[in-house]
Amino acid sequence: MPIPEFPNHLRIAVPRGALFGETLDLLAQLGIDTGEVRANDRKLLFEDAGIVTMRPSDVPTYVEAGAADLGITGKDVLLEQSERDVYELMDLGFGRCEMVLASVAGEDRAEEALRRLGVVRIATKYPKIATGYFLQTGRQAEIVEVKGSVELAPLTGLAEAIVDLTATGTTLRENGLVIRERIAVATARLIANPVAHKLRAAEIDALLERIRGI
Amino acid sequence: MSTVDRLEGPPAPAQVDRIPSGTRDVLPDEMREIRALTDRMHGVFEQAGYGEVYTPALEYERTFSRQTLDQAAPAYRMFDEQGSVLVLRPDMTIPIARLVATRYSHAEPPLRFCYTSYVYRGVRPQRGQSREFLQAGVELIGSPGAAGTAEMLAVLCAALDAAGLRNYRVGLGDSSLYPSLLEAFDVNLARQERILAELAAGDFVGVEEEVAGLGLSSADQAMLLRLARTRGGPEVLDGLSGRLHDALGGMREVHRLLSPEVAARVIFDLGLVRNIGYYTGAVFQVYDPAYGMPIGAGGRYDELLGTFGRPLPAVGFALNVERLHIALTSEERAARR
Repeated sequence: MPIPEFPNHLRIAVPRGALFGETLDLLAQLGIDTGEVRANDRKLLFEDAGIVTMRPSDVPTYVEAGAADLGITGKDVLLEQSERDVYELMDLGFGRCEMVLASVAGEDRAEEALRRLGVVRIATKYPKIATGYFLQTGRQAEIVEVKGSVELAPLTGLAEAIVDLTATGTTLRENGLVIRERIAVATARLIANPVAHKLRAAEIDALLERIRGI
Repeated sequence: MSTVDRLEGPPAPAQVDRIPSGTRDVLPDEMREIRALTDRMHGVFEQAGYGEVYTPALEYERTFSRQTLDQAAPAYRMFDEQGSVLVLRPDMTIPIARLVATRYSHAEPPLRFCYTSYVYRGVRPQRGQSREFLQAGVELIGSPGAAGTAEMLAVLCAALDAAGLRNYRVGLGDSSLYPSLLEAFDVNLARQERILAELAAGDFVGVEEEVAGLGLSSADQAMLLRLARTRGGPEVLDGLSGRLHDALGGMREVHRLLSPEVAARVIFDLGLVRNIGYYTGAVFQVYDPAYGMPIGAGGRYDELLGTFGRPLPAVGFALNVERLHIALTSEERAARR
């Protein structure tokens, strides 16, 4: 009995936000027509180009379930969602950011809290990364999860420090925060659904070769 | 009812009797389909000479503590009236190894058993990933090497055919391949474990970084990385040189013993590693394009029975019935379109 081949091409989950432009540039270089995606910022599914667009943090969810075969997202997202069963195929190099520990300039209140109170309060959008980092470095921390504008937390006394992603450090500086420790470097990664990686090996490997050739 | 009343909504959830996260009730429509599906597969198993066994859902914890089970480690523990620690079985392979060593201690091998049983794992619940889930599988005890592995693949494909799944493929790898190469390159044990864990998780960026740090020649580095990614038809077993060619002898032998129908289903996957400690050689995983996760898995575990005092080579597989059912439903839906 013949086993049917795949009629449609690979579906790629593309992150809207900071990585959006460079991701589309990469796909365009691979010969994928990204014109419609660039022109239309409300539409989400582009069947002809094989592209679906979404928040970066949703990319692993779609790829894990096989709703997309491949995806592009930041290493920060993958670290925060390390339980997701996806293959990490390639470091694409762009979208370089750093995960840092930062607090208000001047005497480090985080250090003081640890010394005198035994526990430091850390505000972050990345509770898993922050928890892991303080566990590894042997310090007690209370992780406060916030959904946006983390910089506000140390300025208002919600927390003594923050764990956040920064590309240029501008937002930190503008809010009077300084980097105290560097936790990890995050760049854009190409990820794949494990089953698609086995069943569509030739197509995926050809794509990887072309990315390497750019 | 006025709008205001309606906004007050249903009674507070506290009044609903819930079931534990990751478990679920099965109602007659679904149950009928699952029963029919497992009956079809069970028919194949019996036909091939695999007798059905049942083992208790509760076992002593020490039965499972001889092995590194990682994902398949027991998650649910309780005490009996003597204070002994009991676990809910996380798989059926170990209970059947125990059963063979105790009930068949003098029986002439090979022995063939099948089961359709619930097992329990502390997974992150989602569709197709329950904490209590039904496995249909077989174990072939005392049939060594390629012949036993080939028989297992034949039974696996026959069961999937009987289930009605059409587009499935079986990934076949050798869990000793990558470790033996790392061993040959004198990679220290901690590093080996890191690389194998990354490989099992599909972290190819991590593998690349680790391999780059091993201080090997660039040709050897390239070979290790290429091997991790090599998967495809039988052609991937040829055209390799020296040590690598010899290391693939077992897989070539299995391929030689497969019927054309079964061989057409197999993807040879040189980077396939499974993070369950008892696998010693051939390992396999079942994929279907209609479902994003493997729907079954298995492999050779030639050392496991020895730890129970009856050293016999063995091989087996288990299919996740819930995932198989989802894949079947998706295939049917796609065929209707």
